[in-house]
Amino acid sequence: MTMRSRFLPHPILSPLLAGLWLLLTNSIAPGQILLGLLLGWTIPLLTLRFWPERVTIRKPFTLVRYTGVLLYDIIVANFVVARLILGNPDRLKPVFIELPLDLTSSLAISLLANSITLTPGTVSARLSEDRRHLLVHVLSENDPDNLIAVIKDRYERPLREIFEQC
Amino acid sequence: MLEYFLSLLILTGAIFTFIGSLGLLRLKDFYMRLHGPTKATTLGVGSLLIASAVFFSSRDAGVSLHEVLITLFLFITAPVSAHLLAKAALHLNLHSHAKIPVNSAHPVEDKDSEIDGARLAAPTKENNSSDISPPHKSV
Repeated sequence: MTMRSRFLPHPILSPLLAGLWLLLTNSIAPGQILLGLLLGWTIPLLTLRFWPERVTIRKPFTLVRYTGVLLYDIIVANFVVARLILGNPDRLKPVFIELPLDLTSSLAISLLANSITLTPGTVSARLSEDRRHLLVHVLSENDPDNLIAVIKDRYERPLREIFEQC
Repeated sequence: MLEYFLSLLILTGAIFTFIGSLGLLRLKDFYMRLHGPTKATTLGVGSLLIASAVFFSSRDAGVSLHEVLITLFLFITAPVSAHLLAKAALHLNLHSHAKIPVNSAHPVEDKDSEIDGARLAAPTKENNSSDISPPHKSV
C-alpha cells in the first residue's frame, strides 16, 4: 500500500461524503465545506475495514448515462406496476428467474440488485452462495428468457464497463 | 401557475402512493405484494419530494435540497429492505404462486421446522409434568 492510498484510501468516497454533508446542512458556508471535507477524509479512514476494495469508476460518462436510463426506467416501472395492480390479479403470471451473473465485484452486484428491484415488475430475492446467480421474482412475465437478455444488456453490461475491467 | 403545478405533483404522488398500498391488498402472495410498496411508492414519494423542494425554494431564500437526500436514501433503502424481505420469505418457504427454483428452495427446511416443532413441543410437556409432579411429591 502506497503512502498516498494510506492517506486517502477512497478518493471517490471522500468527496461524495463531503457533498452529502453539504446537502444535509443545506449550506455552502466555508466552515461547513471545511467540516464536510474533514468528515469525508476521516470517515473512510475509520471505516477502512468495511471497504477493503478501492472503488474505481472507469467510465464516468457511462455512469451518468446509466443513471439517466435507470431514472427513466423507474418512472416507467411505476406506471407498469400501477397498471398491473389495478388490473385483474388473476391474470398475473408471477415467476422466479435465475439470472446468471458476469459481475464479480460486490459493489457492482449490489448496484445491479438495487436496479433490478427499482425497475419494472422485478424484485431481486437472493444471491446464490457462489455469487454466480441472482434469483429474481417477476410480477408478470410471459417470456423470461427475453427478460434475462434485457436485464443483462441494459443494466449488467454498463455496470461491468463502469466498475470492472473487461 | 406554480401552485397548479405543485398541486398536480402532490396529487400524482398521493395517487401512486395509494396504488402502492392498494397492491398490498389486491396481490395474492407475499412475493407479489413486495412489488407494490417498493415501486409504485418511489414515484409517489418522489413527486411529493419534488413538490416540497420547489415550494420551499420559492418561498424561502435559497434552495432547499434536503429532498434530494431523502430521494437518494429512499432509492438505496427500499430495494435493500425488499431484498431482505424476499430472502427471509424464501428461507421460511412461504407459499408462492410462482414456482421456486429447485436449487434455491430448501428441501431440508421442512425437516428442520419439524424438528423445531418437536423441540418446542417437548419442553412444554416436561414443564407440565414437572408442574404436576412436585405437588404429588409434597403431598
